[in-house]
Amino acid sequence: MADLRNNFVGIKSPNPFWLASAPPTDKAYNVIRAFKAGWGGVVWKTLGEEGPPVVNVNGPRYGAIWGADRRLLGLNNIELITDRDLQTNLREMKQVKMDWPDRALVASIMVPCEEASWKAILPLVEETGADGIELNFGCPHGMSERGMGAAVGQVPEYIEMVVRWCKQYTRMPVITKLTPNITDIRKPARAAHAGGTDAVSLINTINSITGVDLDSFAPMPTIDGKGSHGGYCGPAVKPIAMNMVAEIARDPETHGLPISGIGGITTWRDAAEFMALGAGNVQVCTAAMTYGFKIVQEMIAGLENWMDEKGHRSLDDIIGRATPNVTDWQYLNLNYVAKAHIDQDACIKCGRCHIACEDTSHQAITSVVNGVRHFEVIEAECVGCNLCVNVCPVENCITMEPLAAGVMDQRTGKPVSPIYANWTTHPNNPMAKVAAE
Amino acid sequence: MPEGQFKEGIVGGRLPAEQYADNFSDLHPPLDHHEALVESDRCYFCYDAPCMNACPTSIDIPLFIRQISTGNPIGSAKTIFDQNILGGMCARVCPTETLCEEVCVREVAEGKPVQIGRLQRYATDVAMAENKQFYARPEPTGKTIAVVGAGPAGLAAAHRLARHGHDVTILEARPKAGGLNEYGIAAYKSVDNFAQAEVDYVTAIGGIDIQNGKALGRDYQLSDLIRNYDAVFLGMGLGGVNALRADGEDAAGVTNAVEFIAELRQASDLASLPVGRRVVVIGGGMTAIDAAVQSKLLGAEEVTICYRRGQEHMNASEFEQDLAAANGVTIRHWLQPKRVITDAGQVSGIELEYTALKGDKLAGTGETLTLVADQVFKAIGQSFVPAALNGSEASIELEARRIKVDGEGRTSLAKVWAGGDCIFGRDDLTVSAVAQGRDAAESMHRSLTQG
Repeated sequence: MADLRNNFVGIKSPNPFWLASAPPTDKAYNVIRAFKAGWGGVVWKTLGEEGPPVVNVNGPRYGAIWGADRRLLGLNNIELITDRDLQTNLREMKQVKMDWPDRALVASIMVPCEEASWKAILPLVEETGADGIELNFGCPHGMSERGMGAAVGQVPEYIEMVVRWCKQYTRMPVITKLTPNITDIRKPARAAHAGGTDAVSLINTINSITGVDLDSFAPMPTIDGKGSHGGYCGPAVKPIAMNMVAEIARDPETHGLPISGIGGITTWRDAAEFMALGAGNVQVCTAAMTYGFKIVQEMIAGLENWMDEKGHRSLDDIIGRATPNVTDWQYLNLNYVAKAHIDQDACIKCGRCHIACEDTSHQAITSVVNGVRHFEVIEAECVGCNLCVNVCPVENCITMEPLAAGVMDQRTGKPVSPIYANWTTHPNNPMAKVAAE
Repeated sequence: MPEGQFKEGIVGGRLPAEQYADNFSDLHPPLDHHEALVESDRCYFCYDAPCMNACPTSIDIPLFIRQISTGNPIGSAKTIFDQNILGGMCARVCPTETLCEEVCVREVAEGKPVQIGRLQRYATDVAMAENKQFYARPEPTGKTIAVVGAGPAGLAAAHRLARHGHDVTILEARPKAGGLNEYGIAAYKSVDNFAQAEVDYVTAIGGIDIQNGKALGRDYQLSDLIRNYDAVFLGMGLGGVNALRADGEDAAGVTNAVEFIAELRQASDLASLPVGRRVVVIGGGMTAIDAAVQSKLLGAEEVTICYRRGQEHMNASEFEQDLAAANGVTIRHWLQPKRVITDAGQVSGIELEYTALKGDKLAGTGETLTLVADQVFKAIGQSFVPAALNGSEASIELEARRIKVDGEGRTSLAKVWAGGDCIFGRDDLTVSAVAQGRDAAESMHRSLTQG
């Protein structure tokens, strides 16, 4: 039986599934329900400075995009950090941690970019017995207008500075949560690393407008006729998040820095993919907000089952296993040749592969052969682009078949070379490095 | 209640009064908005879509479904009406399981096609509920056209001619327009007086004058039309019912299924409509199914369809056969009527002979079977009655006892086109009649405007 126990920068939890800092972890009531359902840990909804708490809008806080059967694909929110009194949160956190010692409880914090503010709150949090802190440098809405959240996460120097303060004023492990609203995610990660962070977590939400009401011409969600960009999350952001995780995992400067993966994780498979790319554990929010806390049971069972099937004994067996396979385009093997192949028995003759290829690609799929509706790859035209595979509604009907070395590529008229060769040495590359003699 | 059902003879009121509305409610209830979105999302938007090619009116099905999925049912309805102005009725009565839905790639893939018919109904219902008219009549051309018959072919022809600015007069023998849509389709396929609503919708374009109670050969002659109009379209359907050719078929209680269906459609109170306790329907097509199922729904205790060939030869689609079975109708095969048994001039049973195929030829085996019956419906096909044409001082070429037309719907007579069930060589489907009426109208228009 696979062992799902997780040790993330010294924070132990029975499984790698944490709830991200967000509405589901706003108060003891929710967190207790989550622990009862089986969640390995929570990052408590972001705490702010002592004093009058922030206020939220009283209209809609969320917007969404859906599939045809109202399957929620992407969610956006304009909710701020906790709008509850700091002391109430601290009191509840302490009690919950006491009652659930085997679960991870991490405090998310967002206070102004002043040393005194951080210095003031850290001991209060430490006193609760929390396992660690997460610095919220990610929220892209509202708080960023006040110089916090993403406004910090977009300035690497600030990140480094605040992380240093935190490392100085607390013994708790520090996780730095990054905003994706930035050109190169490696820069803030390097800054956090330089500041001494124990880990980074990402991604926070992405600036977004989920829709426009075409009657009132107002962005959604709409508050009294107006809208503001919110933070986008849910299944739709997963590919963006995974790339950012991989970028940090494979960056020589941050390689080995623990990463808590966040962004659209909905199933065990999503979690496994994040971990394979280098995440030491994962945080979930939208899936729980869509389906409730019970989904963690599918995640645990699914991950276990897959690990057992593949013979992976512990999370260390899978974490980072895909990282070495993420590379730059320039190192991809240009001598690798694959051709699409259509399984005629599986083909339902919808013709989508044909029209996609005919209209938008390489005219490499027939529509009629000998007067009969028939879809077949013309190998002499196929560049192996994979578009047909992606538009085909039947799983595994179209597959990309690599050509073995020595086999004639009908498109180029040349045999497939067995030698790995990439752009850096390609004759068409004016910057090509001369091969070492 | 039971006494009603078990009453001997052909009587009404077999069921509790409130049951009739239930029994004759919509066979395929309309999709609601969300159902339509989900169903439309199942469409793969196929290239050169097989469904579109299977539709006799060549509706751009992937496009209209995509328009539904994007929240544009009005645009979707226009896509449908562009090709088939009777798209609302066709959505209800088309045997989609043997047309568009049969070739849907999802039928191929998973045995569960996109419900094209119901989606078509959704879009057309939305547009018709808003009385959204897509076609404006241009300046009148001054050309006048007579259309004989206000059925699907005639209405489709009339609408297309009106779109081109011609003045159309439809001469209809029956009191109401609609043809088989009004008189010949099971009530549960066209509820809420849809056929008349559709006639109103189609004729709202203007320039179409429907005159009821005008029968060709009785009230006017074809030669009159040829003389008085610039062109004529014949869409009078089939007037005759094939005979059983069995002894005793004139007995009381032996009825043409088409008349029963028409009477049922026109009945203001279904409870008053008489039906037998034990009903036998002779035939194997849609009409046989419609008559049998409706007999059952009116409260007949026992309804049996007898068809002279095997299940695989039946014209009724598999869906229709299943519908009959689900309603408790027994379908028996390889039986042909031999003799109607009477008692005091009234049907009391029917003697049938078993049949077998000897080579290609169907023959009786000599073995017989007798079924008790107090009502027998003849549903073994309809025939074209050329008498009205023969009396019109103009002879028109027939083929296999129906009107012969060329690829554009032109008959052997100059200025005369024809379409629908009265022409030779087609499938007698509503949707085909619409296609023929529409295409003949285009041909007429070309001929009228290009000399």
